[in-house]
Amino acid sequence: MSETVLSAQNLRVHYHTRRGPVKAVDGVTFDLNEGETLGVVGETGCGKSTLAKVTLGLLPPRTEVSGSLKLRGKELLEISPAEYRHLRGEELALIFQDPMTRLDPLMSIREHFVETLRAHDKKLSKAEASERAIDILRSMGIPESRIDDFPHEFSGGMRQRIMIAMAIVLRPKLLVADEPTTALDVIVEAQILDILRDLRRAYSMSLILITHNLGIVAQVCDRTAVMYAGRLAELGSVADVFRRPIHPYTQGLLASTIHLDTRELRSIDGLPPSLLDPPTGCRFHPRCPHAKDICTREEPPMVEYRPGHFAACHFGADFL
Amino acid sequence: MTEPLVQVEDLTVHFPVKSNVLESLWRATQRQPAPIVHAVDGISFTVDRGEILGLVGESGCGKTTTGRAVIRLLKPTGGRIRFEGADITNLEERELRPLRPRMQIVFQDPHAALNPTMTIGQSIQDPLLIHRQASEVEAKDATLAAMEEVGLAPAPDLFDKYPADLSGGQKQRAVIARAMILRPSLIVADEPVAMLDMSIRAKILELMLDLRKKHGLSYILITHDLATAKFMCDRIAIMYLGRIVEVGPAEAIYRDPKHPYTRALIAAIPVPEPGRARVSTLPRGEVPDAVHPPAGCRFHPRCPAVLPTCGWEGRDFIEHLEQALLDPSRASPAAKALGPVERWSADGRSAWRDPLDLDATRANALAKEVLGAAPAALAGAVQEAKVEDDRLHIVFRVPDPLPAKDVDGRVVECLLY
Repeated sequence: MSETVLSAQNLRVHYHTRRGPVKAVDGVTFDLNEGETLGVVGETGCGKSTLAKVTLGLLPPRTEVSGSLKLRGKELLEISPAEYRHLRGEELALIFQDPMTRLDPLMSIREHFVETLRAHDKKLSKAEASERAIDILRSMGIPESRIDDFPHEFSGGMRQRIMIAMAIVLRPKLLVADEPTTALDVIVEAQILDILRDLRRAYSMSLILITHNLGIVAQVCDRTAVMYAGRLAELGSVADVFRRPIHPYTQGLLASTIHLDTRELRSIDGLPPSLLDPPTGCRFHPRCPHAKDICTREEPPMVEYRPGHFAACHFGADFL
Repeated sequence: MTEPLVQVEDLTVHFPVKSNVLESLWRATQRQPAPIVHAVDGISFTVDRGEILGLVGESGCGKTTTGRAVIRLLKPTGGRIRFEGADITNLEERELRPLRPRMQIVFQDPHAALNPTMTIGQSIQDPLLIHRQASEVEAKDATLAAMEEVGLAPAPDLFDKYPADLSGGQKQRAVIARAMILRPSLIVADEPVAMLDMSIRAKILELMLDLRKKHGLSYILITHDLATAKFMCDRIAIMYLGRIVEVGPAEAIYRDPKHPYTRALIAAIPVPEPGRARVSTLPRGEVPDAVHPPAGCRFHPRCPAVLPTCGWEGRDFIEHLEQALLDPSRASPAAKALGPVERWSADGRSAWRDPLDLDATRANALAKEVLGAAPAALAGAVQEAKVEDDRLHIVFRVPDPLPAKDVDGRVVECLLY
């Protein structure tokens, strides 16, 4: 049995707004094993990016967080900001969607790496830091001659390679990638996904890949978590969830994805609910073609319908 | 045979590159021409009445510029555009205005396309009032009807709502209603569903198909998503760096793509089916800069099926040397002796190393060795490697002309055929 790297138990993240608490993540439970890739899928506003932020400790102040989130047994929700700063980079790292806005336009690539590396090891000389930067950039296909260039001198794909290189230069055990290829074209996207796949193999890193693209999950991930309105609708191996989906939302999402074999357009009626005031019972019930009376009243629990394949639907057994 | 709704011949759209006074002065002293972006560089296509033509390609391929030029939101640099039989290439804005109701555009971002201070109803009826096609009362009735038609129901309630009160899908419906209200014959739809969630994309696409059936509309659908294009379009033009590399019936192009770029694009799409791994190797690198597009076929530096005749240039050799030197522990001694790349310059078909601190015989031998390890198409394209004026020169052959050819029912621009 491989080691559990990240474990979330009934995790809740509620943002404070003038209109009341936004329940972005509202009772989420999952485990992530060493070397495993978990794809978190869902539509805009389902809470998937909040999951990335809470894991990295990047939530805005006065956000209410409860439940438990453990990194290799250590409770992340209780550690100090100073401790978090050490964990980020060495234990956890994040790759953002848009690398241009995350790199400092006034700093060369060398300066980015020197600053990052010396923040974690003050004794490291500039020359040593540069050496490590050159090594890791080379493994991403970026030649040494570009190390003194600035972010704007690189293409979108190169910038994302630089971001990935910076995220993994301290060899974190867990990498969270929030829509890492959404800003990229399809060929460059495939190149970046190849890099992420290779990295995982090379460093036995765990990866949480947050995306709205089901194709990416199918090709890169081991397991997938489908989020809807702040909760998990379904969790299981990619093979199970894609081939034998249980939750009607997962079924609808798969059916509405347009791919090369699409013959007929399908969609899910209605709109995703507001996270200020989510529906009672099952949050998907107003849009669910199978909803019955109980769905409007009682929140369905996560049930293990097959070994390792969970779904939160009162009628999950009907969809086996 | 009826005349196509839109005929585009040899369309070119170039943009100047922004530069400051010092840069311009320096260029003037060097007698260098001002740099230009070759956004669209000589493309031809037609759109029939009732047809959906897809313009497909990666960012920077010129698809949006093409769409905007066709409806004359931009002035073309060259070529000819005919719309409903009339040449509109060089019309002034005042002369275009009577045509505007017939050609409309739907933008990618519905949040930005609607004025936040106007109600949905005001936004949709505005074109009718601007073009003086209706009185205020008539305009309101027409707007309510258009809102019902695009599924913005109940229309009377939504009429007075502001964009902020609507979801993304509803806003895009409003943008489509606004484009439809003047009864156009052509709508340019620029990534109409890219900003919308998967579960509602289908609804918007269905609406577009319904409107075409009902009103005999034509669309130019601009998209980077080959799956959406396949479902929606009758014909597809695959664009790369300002050129159309392949254009023809959608069905034929997806069944049997001919251009290596089309093949690469189709193969790179992640399929939502576990276990179905991508088979092909990906093209290297990214789309190059449209200020200095590659010679010959613009895809040649990345092409997996490239030939010696495709347009090799000096900079391609430097790029090869840089790749060979990427990992010093694996680089050959010959490549190291010819490096580093900072010593190399390129212009057109030649590359040279400056200064030459090697003797001529050795330089020639090194060049031979490095080229021997290079991809066959690049090595085969070298016309000569010689030492002259104390420089090592590598000169590539002149590329073969690249005419557009009919191949199995579509037009392809590739020397493989």
